[in-house]
Parts: sequence; C-alpha cells; structure tokens
Amino acid sequence: MAEDSVITDEMKAAVGVESEPSVYEIEKEPIRRWAESIGDPNPLYRDEEYAKSKGYRSIIAPPGFIAQYAFPVKAGGSPRRAFQTPFSRMLNGGNEYEFFKPIQAGDIISATNKISDLRERAGRLGKMLFIISETTFKNQDGEIVAKARSTGISY
Amino acid sequence: MAKQIYWEDVQEGTAVTPLPKNATTQQLVRWAGASGDFYQIHYDKDFALGNALPGVIIHGALKSAWLGQLVGDWVGDEGRIKSYGCSYRGMDVPGEDLACKGVVTKKYVEGDEHIVECDIWLEKASGEKTTPGTAVVVLPSKS
Repeated sequence: MAEDSVITDEMKAAVGVESEPSVYEIEKEPIRRWAESIGDPNPLYRDEEYAKSKGYRSIIAPPGFIAQYAFPVKAGGSPRRAFQTPFSRMLNGGNEYEFFKPIQAGDIISATNKISDLRERAGRLGKMLFIISETTFKNQDGEIVAKARSTGISY
Repeated sequence: MAKQIYWEDVQEGTAVTPLPKNATTQQLVRWAGASGDFYQIHYDKDFALGNALPGVIIHGALKSAWLGQLVGDWVGDEGRIKSYGCSYRGMDVPGEDLACKGVVTKKYVEGDEHIVECDIWLEKASGEKTTPGTAVVVLPSKS
C-alpha cells in the first residue's frame, strides 16, 4: 500500500548521497578506554611497546572501534540524518565491518557515510523503518582502511 | 596470550574458543562513554520502560564489540579479521550469563591468504542465540 508508506520522496532522494567527510585522529587513550569498557585485555590495544614488537607503529584499534567511534565530539557527536522519520524510537539492527589495513593510533581518518537502502516492515512493535547505511574510512594516505554497514530500525 | 592458532589446526566444525560475558549496568555506562552512544535505553530504566522495553538493555554495538574480541582473541597476533558482522535479533540485559561462541564453517586458500569462515554468535544460558553473525579471518599457515 504505497499511500501508507513512511518512506517519503525526501527520504528516497537521500539514498546514495555521500556525506561530507568527518575527519578525526585515532588516539591512544580512547582506544584503551574502549578496550577497557568491553573488558578486552589484548595488549595490542593497550601497550605501545608490545604493538611495536608486532610491527605496528603504535597501539592498534580493536575491531569495531573505528565504526563505534565514528562520531567523536569533533565530528558532531552523532550521526547526521538527511531527513526526519515519523518515529521517535530507534534500535540497532546489526553491524558489519570489513577491514583492509590496520588502524593505528596517530592515523587521521576521514569517514564518509551514505544511506544505501530504506525498507519498511510491519513488526511486533508496529510499523518499522529500516535504514541501512554504509561508512567508508580512509587514512591519511588515502587508503581505505575499513568499511562499516549498519542497520538502524526506527519504530 | 593464548598459543597462536594456525590454518592447519582448524577444520569445519572446529569451535572458536568461547568468551563468557556478564555485563553490569556500570559496564553499559562505561561503554556509553567510550563509544559515544548515549541512547538512554541503555542506562535510564524509566526511559527504557517508556520505550516498551523490559528495562535497560545491552547495546547492540557492545555485543558486536564482544564478538570482535572473540574473533580477535582466536586469530591471535599473527591472524587477521577480514570481515565480521552480526544482527541483533534478541535483547540481552545486564546481570545475565552470556557467552560469545563460534564454529568454523569453511576453510580455503585465496591468493596467498589462508582463509577461515566462521559462524559466530552471542548465546544466553538458555541456549538462545540473540546475536548471530559471521566472520572471515586470515590465519597464519605452517607451510
């Protein structure tokens, strides 16, 4: 029933539009705090000498750090949406990551985001809007270090 | 650190070394601070109840981070995660015993990489898998 769709023309127009890059430095202490908060004692994320002994320039970011730290205060604090949805509630439906290069403390990351798909579905909690977005992370050398794909559920 | 695992050591059906977890509400607040996710359903019980939730729930992204820890620990310093992901199908709450688990589904060589694919998931004590996912990793080879 197209007339009942919550997906407006404005939302459709936002699909595929790449954001301006958010640029930020990967810093040691946020990595350590992140590892500490999940309870991960891996010395690659904490001990610079250990990480250097494994061939890295500094401590490295744990998997997932890049995406869940994608909106530091400098970059606006939270993801910007190109449109308002009619819903006030939001759940995280899923996350996927691809890693191409190690992400090391001192890297300057440029993250660009785009909405890749919008879908709606009637669920247990009523009508739900699935917003699938993709973020590409490049380092200071212009190399793609990671890509992240997330599914946000508005309801 | 655990002993380094090699591509030759695993086959289809080999279990990924499980990682037990049991989050306190304090851990959720630490995660909120570390990740920058301040959505109130993860630390404000009244807000969570007002959003048709049973109480505060564990952040999906924290569960995903735990699965990253599971896989990162398993592949060791000489291994590498190529990709991984998961879906949040069920809710998990602070104080319950949870475990990150995985199993090898496929192994092959592609170019010069020795690749292993796994199913990974977060499991409740009841056996319910709330957070199923997959991982593709590169392991070092003895050859």
